[in-house]
Amino acid sequence: MAQYDTSESVRDSDEFIKGLWRENPVFVQVLGMCPVLAVSNTARNALAMGLATLFVLVMSNAVISLLRSFVPRQVRIATFILVIATFVTIVDYAIQAISLDLHKALGAFISLIVVNCLILGRAEAFASRNTVGRSILDGLGMGVGFCFALLCLGAVREILGSGSLFGIPLFHEGFQPWVVMILPSGGFFTLAGWLLLFNRLEQRRSVSAPAAAEALQ
Amino acid sequence: MTGDPLWSIFVNACLINNFVLAYFLGICPFLGVSGKLETATRMGGAVMFVMLVSSVCAYGINALLVAIDAPYLRLISFIAVIASTVQLVEMFIKKMSPALFRALGIFLPLITTNCAILGLALFQTNKGYDFPQCIAYSLGAGAGFTLALVLMAGLREKLELTTIPDVVKGTALSLILAGILSIAFMGFAGLGG
Amino acid sequence: MSQGPSVAVETPAVWPMYRAMVGVGLLCGVLIVGVFQLTKPVIARNRAEALQRAIFQVLPDARSSGSFRQTAEGRFELVDGVSGRGPLVHGGYDDAGRLVGLAIEAEGMGYQDVIRVLYGYAFDRDAIIGIRVLESRETPGLGDKIETDSAFLQNFERLDVSLTGDLAAIANPIVFVKRGQKDHPWQIDGITGATISSAAIADMLGRSTADRLPRIRSRLGDFQVAE
Repeated sequence: MAQYDTSESVRDSDEFIKGLWRENPVFVQVLGMCPVLAVSNTARNALAMGLATLFVLVMSNAVISLLRSFVPRQVRIATFILVIATFVTIVDYAIQAISLDLHKALGAFISLIVVNCLILGRAEAFASRNTVGRSILDGLGMGVGFCFALLCLGAVREILGSGSLFGIPLFHEGFQPWVVMILPSGGFFTLAGWLLLFNRLEQRRSVSAPAAAEALQ
Repeated sequence: MTGDPLWSIFVNACLINNFVLAYFLGICPFLGVSGKLETATRMGGAVMFVMLVSSVCAYGINALLVAIDAPYLRLISFIAVIASTVQLVEMFIKKMSPALFRALGIFLPLITTNCAILGLALFQTNKGYDFPQCIAYSLGAGAGFTLALVLMAGLREKLELTTIPDVVKGTALSLILAGILSIAFMGFAGLGG
Repeated sequence: MSQGPSVAVETPAVWPMYRAMVGVGLLCGVLIVGVFQLTKPVIARNRAEALQRAIFQVLPDARSSGSFRQTAEGRFELVDGVSGRGPLVHGGYDDAGRLVGLAIEAEGMGYQDVIRVLYGYAFDRDAIIGIRVLESRETPGLGDKIETDSAFLQNFERLDVSLTGDLAAIANPIVFVKRGQKDHPWQIDGITGATISSAAIADMLGRSTADRLPRIRSRLGDFQVAE
């Protein structure tokens, strides 16, 4: 599960920023993998999934933080799951109401947000021990970081696999799309590619500024 | 698809639309437990059992919810059943084989958040399978998951003996392996015809 | 109320646990039911619109529609299109309320997963005049050509499904042939490179027409009641 900073002197804005890069849920913590690979075959689906997860993350962080003194330790996981499942159900119906097309494209993976290790992980590691305000910030940061990661994946897969971005064709008619990118294998390869890039960047950073960089495991 | 023969559902879930390699379900344990062949087989077995039980319960719950016209409670009840089943399996394993319990460690309770099990329950509900079809489906899915896990573990064990560049080590390598396995499994698609 | 945890061993009191679980459960229940009731009319409207769009696509002359399900006695009764379970037959009506055609749902196993289609049956011409893929997970760029390949779709502009004299069966069952080998109006020629997916369409249409058209044809009167 995630490491988190317990020092009280951490600035509030840091709660938000850490989710974007340093503790990015996908690239660093490698959490919440299933939806990441499954729905990222187009940028639109990836973004929709990211936003849905962001909503659930922020709302459940907020509610769990609100209830943190009310829920005894023994039943905390059960109540977390209850709260998360509620917001996932809400998001499911909201998407159906907004666009049936989108709902068909995302399918059962909307409901699968409930078992996204990221949300449960944040609830356990952060929201149940911090104030509502900071929990919301934490949720926002992680959620936006998650969206960002999903978009990276979705964009690459769509550009290479369909020759378009958000449905807008990018190349001329003769472009031969690299179909494997839209298939499941492409998802695995693309994520591996991004992780490679991320690791490389982090390696460079820690080599050039060893004193300031956080240790990344 | 009420007309599908049972063996076809089994083969479909196991090979053609493998839960891990085609649907991306159960990636966390897939990447986490596939380091050693032994743990992989046992994890696979545990997941298969939980899948079977959850599938049966999900069928019953869905029938109940449809009867009382409360489809919105589906997700919550499914996850509650899965969590309880995992709890039971955990207690069972702890009693029967403490060594296995220690070997599986944190991954046993993590089966609860294993997307594959909830995914199984949701998919079979969407497809409207009847009871025998659910059994075939869950057995196929469990077998497919175990197969993918075992294959991955075998590959990774072999790779430990070679030299790998630093950037690729760890998750990136597993993902590339998974991608290749996924392409290989696509060859099974013709079985469905 | 409850004691705080003691130093060596925590003795959990039962009441706060129940209170928490039930309280949270109630809160969640209220939230879910609330959102469900709120979105229910919107979702129903979306579904009805999507269905109508599909029906109008396969029955170009239709201006309104109604959905029917077969009862146990073999009669077709009008049902609410979005909530009716089971294979539905939709009637298409022109401005005057006359039945112009029927949109029938069919499904079958494709290459990757189940494909669901809606096809338009014009009984006065004894032919299928349109098809629309409702759900498909075929391989992008290959199998999904069943939705876009114009030569393939031309098959369904006038696919002959005439019945035998006694209206008991299809005179010439739909068959699948390879691209370029079509000589009869009841054949469907496939897409090179997407043989399995296109054959699946032919197969499900063949089964659906053989199963349902004789019965539908003999009970055309049931569909004349426009909504």
